[in-house]
Amino acid sequence: MDNFTVGVVVFPGSNCDRDVSWALEGCLDIRTKYLWHESSDLSDVDAIVLPGGFSYGDYLRCGAIARFSPLINALDEFVKSGKRVLGICNGFQILTESGFLPGALVANKNLNFICDDVELDIISSKGGWFNNVDEKQTIKLPIAHGEGRYHCDSDTLKKLVDNELIALRYRNNPNGSSFDIAGITNEKGNVLGLMPHPERACDETIGGTDGLFTLKSLILK
Amino acid sequence: MDQFAVKVFVRLRPSVLDPAGEATKSASIKLGAEGIKSLRIGKMIEVKIEGNGEDEVRKKIDLLCDRLFANIVIEDYEYSLEKL
Repeated sequence: MDNFTVGVVVFPGSNCDRDVSWALEGCLDIRTKYLWHESSDLSDVDAIVLPGGFSYGDYLRCGAIARFSPLINALDEFVKSGKRVLGICNGFQILTESGFLPGALVANKNLNFICDDVELDIISSKGGWFNNVDEKQTIKLPIAHGEGRYHCDSDTLKKLVDNELIALRYRNNPNGSSFDIAGITNEKGNVLGLMPHPERACDETIGGTDGLFTLKSLILK
Repeated sequence: MDQFAVKVFVRLRPSVLDPAGEATKSASIKLGAEGIKSLRIGKMIEVKIEGNGEDEVRKKIDLLCDRLFANIVIEDYEYSLEKL
């Protein structure tokens, strides 16, 4: 995997791009490359992370405007080719707004911005994102969001359950998400969106390493 | 070309909890207002737009509403249109 390169997308307002790059390069020795949102050339990256933050200031709705960036337009072919895309927090919001994942993220039930560590049950390892996290069934990751309440209609929820597309569920649902959902994948499993921040849990000195495997899974074929 | 003033109203669907509306309802009751049965908060977007007649403009606004102004997974929209 010497030449494997993960593209970390930078939108105006991204603020976790450097964290993701630090975690991948510093903790996992995986090469990264920042991709400006106006770029549509994805030919020299092997996987992509849409990081957390407030793309375009979250104007209109979270992720609504980022959806129209040239890079997101180019993502369709990238995803269809089976390459892996990870959307974290605002990245998850962008993936739902752009239709790569179903549902939507809305304001937390209690209106608080929640910054905390949460326990998560691994529900599905579709796509291999959570395989062998030291064989844990439950992991602990940080969350930091004001609009992280996952919402979808009952038909979509049934589809998510039936097709094992729910990757993570909150143990103590902090934001009112439908069915305690914290992260989902697409049907193929190569796109994962989640509200918790794995890149903030990659070193014991900052509170844990449960995020490492998810980021390492970017290099899976 | 005709010019139109369009007011688009975007609201969370009735089935989607509106925490901001609930908080504002609670504050309204604390203020002493009586009889509030429900309170929900939406957005109003004002657009001035040119087009060849109302039908063409409605098509443009429908596209904008469906693809940008509202997320139809969670929101409904309606709009009014006035020829200037």
